[in-house]
Amino acid sequence: MAAVSRKPRTDRPRLVRREDGKLIAGVAAGVADYFGLDRGAVRVAFSVLGVVSGLGALLYVAGWVLLPSDHGAAPAPTAPREGGWDWVQAFALGAVVLGLVLLVDPLDFWFPGHLALPLALGAGGVALLVGRSRGEPSAGEGSSRREMLVAVVGRGRGTIGRLVVGAVLVVSGVGAFLATSNAFDAVRQGVLATLVIAGGLALIFGPWLWRLAGALTAERRERIRSEERAEMAAHLHDSVLQTLAMIQRQADEPRTVTTLARRQERELRGWLFDQAPPAAGDDLGGALAGAAAEVESQYDVAVEVVRVGGDCALDDRVQALVPASREALVNAARHSGAPQVSLYLEVEPDRATVFVRDRGSGFERGAIASDRRGITESIEGRLRRVGGKAVVRSRRGAGTEVELTLPRAAS
Amino acid sequence: MSPPSRRRVFLVDDHDLFRSGVRAELDETVEVVGEASEVDAAIELIGERLPEVVLVDVHMPLGGGERVIRSVVGEHPEVRFLALSVSDAPSDVIAVIRAGARGYVTKTISGPELTDAIHRVAADDAVFSPQLAGFVLDAFAVSSPAAADPELDQLTAREREVLRHIARGYTYREIARELAISVKTVETHVSSVLRKLQLSNRHELTRWATARRIV
Repeated sequence: MAAVSRKPRTDRPRLVRREDGKLIAGVAAGVADYFGLDRGAVRVAFSVLGVVSGLGALLYVAGWVLLPSDHGAAPAPTAPREGGWDWVQAFALGAVVLGLVLLVDPLDFWFPGHLALPLALGAGGVALLVGRSRGEPSAGEGSSRREMLVAVVGRGRGTIGRLVVGAVLVVSGVGAFLATSNAFDAVRQGVLATLVIAGGLALIFGPWLWRLAGALTAERRERIRSEERAEMAAHLHDSVLQTLAMIQRQADEPRTVTTLARRQERELRGWLFDQAPPAAGDDLGGALAGAAAEVESQYDVAVEVVRVGGDCALDDRVQALVPASREALVNAARHSGAPQVSLYLEVEPDRATVFVRDRGSGFERGAIASDRRGITESIEGRLRRVGGKAVVRSRRGAGTEVELTLPRAAS
Repeated sequence: MSPPSRRRVFLVDDHDLFRSGVRAELDETVEVVGEASEVDAAIELIGERLPEVVLVDVHMPLGGGERVIRSVVGEHPEVRFLALSVSDAPSDVIAVIRAGARGYVTKTISGPELTDAIHRVAADDAVFSPQLAGFVLDAFAVSSPAAADPELDQLTAREREVLRHIARGYTYREIARELAISVKTVETHVSSVLRKLQLSNRHELTRWATARRIV
């Protein structure tokens, strides 16, 4: 995008007062650095201007007032130029030209004095017009004609104003020149001829340029589209087609097929709606969804996850809910015999609650085999250590529900 | 529950495979009186055959289930709709419910469960999948600012409890036993939630649904 890629320009110094190596206020040094001139020469120029017409002193004071100090922050010419300084630069350039003209005027060279004003105006205008547009990003990245236009003339706060004022300055400079030299009559013909020629050229090349810009835009759009298509094809190949192949090979094992299909569904759904796999990262909901997905693919069971409430950041305490829930899911998957397990998470301002429920065989707490001590340790113990509570409700033949409650730290 | 006669059902889904799958899974208590694969044909055929229950896919070209429902309910309010979907995007689900569907289930639902849901909808009850219950709990979160119509804009404690059980995977019968109330009372609570969902004009519903595209 043309708009975002404008970097601070580092190849040109800013017009500032130099704190390093200044004699009075650093104006001359700053001007010299800006134009790449010798500091001594500029100082001499200021002095001569001051002596000859008094204007040098005036300009120097103006520079002192108007130019920002560099505060020694940036060693010489690497400071980025901020937007907004075009005005000062234009003024400075115009002033310098005016000063130079006034300087040579009293010497009465061939250089006629009445050129001073037009030249100063013109120089200021040109500085404004050219100042910002140099170094703007090229039109290559513009996605539309409008953006290409913007890329050419520049963009940013006050761009339009800058262009208008610049143009007005240049035009009034030209006008002033013509007025003072009584050349209006002669020029009128020339201007007319120029306008006609320009109009003709626009008629000849305009449509072609317009079409060219259109074609570039269309081509770019087409390229983006085909890249997207290629990306989607690659993704479908890696995921859906692979899964379909596996399903065909294992068609006689319905549970495996179901597991494969569910895993693929979940993955595809995440890709379509989130453009990213479910975040197993720093949110409780995401972590639980991740755990559910793992259990689903390791054991032949479907886990239906329902989440209610806001996000809950995974701190050390909340983190305990994840392995505890996972353990409950694994128990349900391994022992209940139910094809489906429900996982419900509700995050409230003061607590987080997780329910893991199956409609399987259920069990009697007293008759727990030694391999099911996971309930006591992995679930109840974990929750107790972080100040939470685990309740296991189960009846033979009516399924099991594990309820995990964790008060949230007042934050 | 034992229905007096076979329920007359109409299928609307743009996937032929899915329609034939549903046909095969429904048992003999349900009679499929017609099917359509696109919105306009569906609207016309439903008007002709007047089924008791229409199973309608949420996602279809040219308006989807929402348009089918909106076009039919005005003229034939006796036709009930049950929405089916593979996607659980809350905005879509809330939209079909607000258009007038009596329930929402996912396409992974088993045959017997679907048959049961059809009878329920035909009897004017509401059918909430765990996902939908979760959406509704979220949309009517207690923490939301003062609502315009407290009658419609808040769920009662009992309704929240029933919804929470549905979201936890409980059937109506199991909820009734758990809360020591009758199945009929559970149904009443769910229907009342459905009514609030359809009539409430709280803008949080829409805003919430769009802000959260998928769960």
